[in-house]
Amino acid sequence: MAVASVPGAVRRFVDSDVFYSFRRSKVTMAAAAVTFVIVICSVLAPWIVPHNTYDVRSLNLLDAFTPPVWIEGGKPQYLLGTDDQGRDVFSTIMLGARVSLLVGFCATLFAMTIGVFLGLVSGYIGGTTDAVIMRVADVKLSFPAILIALLIDGVARGIIPRDMHDDLALYVVIFSIGISNWVAYARTVRGSTLVEKNKEYVQAARIIGLHPLTIMIRHVLPNVMGPVLVIGTLGLAGAILAEATLSFLGVGVPGTQPSLGTLIRVGNNFLFSGEWWMTIFPGVMLVILVLAVNLLGDWLRDALNPKLR
Amino acid sequence: MRRWVISTALALAFAAYGAADAKTFRFSTSGDINGLDPHLNNEGPTNAMKNNIYEALIFRDPDLKLRPSLATEWNQTSPTTWRFKLRQGVKFHDGTPFTADDVVFSVKRNNHDQSDLRTYSASVVEVKKIDALTVDLVTRVPDPILPQNIPAVFIMSQAWSEKNKTPTPVRGIVGNESYANLHANGTGPFKLLDRVADTRTVLVPNPDWWGKVEHNLTRVEFRPIVNAATRVAALLSGEIDMMFPVPLQDVPRLKRSAGIRVMEGPELRTIFLGMDQHRAELLDMPGSGKNPFKDKRVREAFYKAIDIQAIHKVVMRGASAPTGLMIAPGINGFAKDLNDRYPFDPDGAKKLLADAGYPGGFTVTLDCPNDRYVNDEAICQAVVPMLARVGVTVKLNAQTKSKHFDKIGQRQNWNTSFYMLGWTPGTYDAHNMLYNIITLKSGPGAGSNNSGQYTNPRVEELTRQIESESDQEKRNKMIWEAMKLHKEDFGHIPLHQQALAWGVRDSVAVLPQPPNDAVVVRFVKMK
Repeated sequence: MAVASVPGAVRRFVDSDVFYSFRRSKVTMAAAAVTFVIVICSVLAPWIVPHNTYDVRSLNLLDAFTPPVWIEGGKPQYLLGTDDQGRDVFSTIMLGARVSLLVGFCATLFAMTIGVFLGLVSGYIGGTTDAVIMRVADVKLSFPAILIALLIDGVARGIIPRDMHDDLALYVVIFSIGISNWVAYARTVRGSTLVEKNKEYVQAARIIGLHPLTIMIRHVLPNVMGPVLVIGTLGLAGAILAEATLSFLGVGVPGTQPSLGTLIRVGNNFLFSGEWWMTIFPGVMLVILVLAVNLLGDWLRDALNPKLR
Repeated sequence: MRRWVISTALALAFAAYGAADAKTFRFSTSGDINGLDPHLNNEGPTNAMKNNIYEALIFRDPDLKLRPSLATEWNQTSPTTWRFKLRQGVKFHDGTPFTADDVVFSVKRNNHDQSDLRTYSASVVEVKKIDALTVDLVTRVPDPILPQNIPAVFIMSQAWSEKNKTPTPVRGIVGNESYANLHANGTGPFKLLDRVADTRTVLVPNPDWWGKVEHNLTRVEFRPIVNAATRVAALLSGEIDMMFPVPLQDVPRLKRSAGIRVMEGPELRTIFLGMDQHRAELLDMPGSGKNPFKDKRVREAFYKAIDIQAIHKVVMRGASAPTGLMIAPGINGFAKDLNDRYPFDPDGAKKLLADAGYPGGFTVTLDCPNDRYVNDEAICQAVVPMLARVGVTVKLNAQTKSKHFDKIGQRQNWNTSFYMLGWTPGTYDAHNMLYNIITLKSGPGAGSNNSGQYTNPRVEELTRQIESESDQEKRNKMIWEAMKLHKEDFGHIPLHQQALAWGVRDSVAVLPQPPNDAVVVRFVKMK
């Protein structure tokens, strides 16, 4: 049964409007290809990098500051050069993108879960609950997201003992970015829920006595997920940027597991002295990744918008 | 309307006049000063800043020569008594006159248990006021180098200290500091106008200063800029007139930049790593009951695992002098033949660790500052893989200097197993290094920065003798013996002396660069 339904699902997808609009947009296909390659490389990074930079024993200080291979002084084993500790820049970028994507995905999922849940509750129950949740959201919206993330990260730094901090830093960053981004989901879902809850199928479900939570999750949720996916895709790009910003400011993930933002920060110290490859390459990687994800998000928004069909 | 125009024009004229005459010297370094209490925070940049506000009986000029300051002359009246004639008519910044009582009070305050600068007056057992302008310092044993120590013993006003309830130095943490650590009232050529921790410290000339004014400044602004690239950018843009240290990778670029010069010179500070040799159990090995560093072979293995030439070449870009001794050339007691390092030998290090019972190595945390010495964090980062290759897992804990010094210092009861520190003997004599870093019991306040609590009975004894020996040749022989014993014990791992690199805009006409990396504002002239 399950085996038979998979080709069916694929067939349905290939025949769908969404896939049709995907096929028609070359930019989107390119963006998807780039995202796909980056995600695959990141996931497999620990096994395919030419130089495992997490293994400190493999670092050779005398190889530090090697320029990219096409510049005089470059070495063939270091395609994009090395950083100040002798780490291969190409490898650190792959491993760094992995950390960036991991933080981005987890933070987005976290924000989505909270936001969707609060939005459903707010829209479905209404009344005081709705008012309270939406006022909290308003307050939250009056702070820039990055400021909230900085605050949480700073407070966590103060509370968590230093020797535990490096182990927990990743979770703190995920939490702080996620918590600062849930409002968009909550508002969107609330709006859609308000529309859906007065439709006949919801009323029918209510009449046969289903629990409100069941109605929310089983019946309302699938019908409000379209816009959530769009916000989620765009939010992923935002979360990756937020993580890079935090790490650039030195409060993000620890230096022993550098993300793209950390790499840019470290390289930035050497930008004036001409060792540009340490910061430019991670920067270019960040731009490509965020651009590709954003383009995908834009396409998804248009594809799911019935008015543009 | 006309009155308004006239007054505006007048105001503008005054403003223009003021601007033409204002000479503000703005400088920056990587970290803030640690506080203003003259008898707390024995740290180079902090002492240098206090030296602009406070004065001692004797002043050490940028050539490291002694000059009269609050004392006009001094001599030994007996082997254990130094007599100081005080300067007449000196006033503190708050207007109270400077008297012999202030000297008695300040030396006693500097000898208080909580003082961080006790090492400089530790030999003094009694301070006697002879008359209003004469003071005797009586030492426990003959102290031939006392005048070398006195420039670091700042004099503060007894009346001001007592009025503000800060009669003794109190070691505090940031945010909970004593009055004297947040305010200043000295006799020096500059007065404190404004200080906001981690943001700025502003000085203005003291118009009532007794000495001959050699600077032409109307205002001095110091502000810490932690990020090296930001500091370079601030200098390039003209936001500041001077900054140090110049990141080594930026020295060539700054030299090429118009309107900026780089002042370079050797520094007398030795950067070294220390190891906890007193705890029965290493902090990172709870429950094991073992402290590997108690075994000399482990310390030797750490020493031999470190490739100092790679650090010299890559991290320091050649701007360091690898050292085998804990003191620099130029410090009395330096011996060239003792300065050779033991060779870099990772295989030997592995064998030593195996012999000591740690064939698989162990885990230890390296405490390191990240805004104090030239490329301090980068040096520690470079040490991590070197030790990893002989099997030791090093967890790096790099943090800002105030937290670092608190952690590895007395305040947290030497809460470290493996740490980085740099030390310039403030007296430019090896005894200061032996007393503060290499011994524990050679006198009151000894071992003030011996965070690993290294001790060797013979070295302790020699240090006590060195303190009172006046025969230079005999004294130097004892210094060499002590240094040799310490080296053979692998008591610390000396790394190098860093080079000074100051970035200076051409708006600064005169700026002396003493080898202790201190900015001596009283000699600065702006164009």
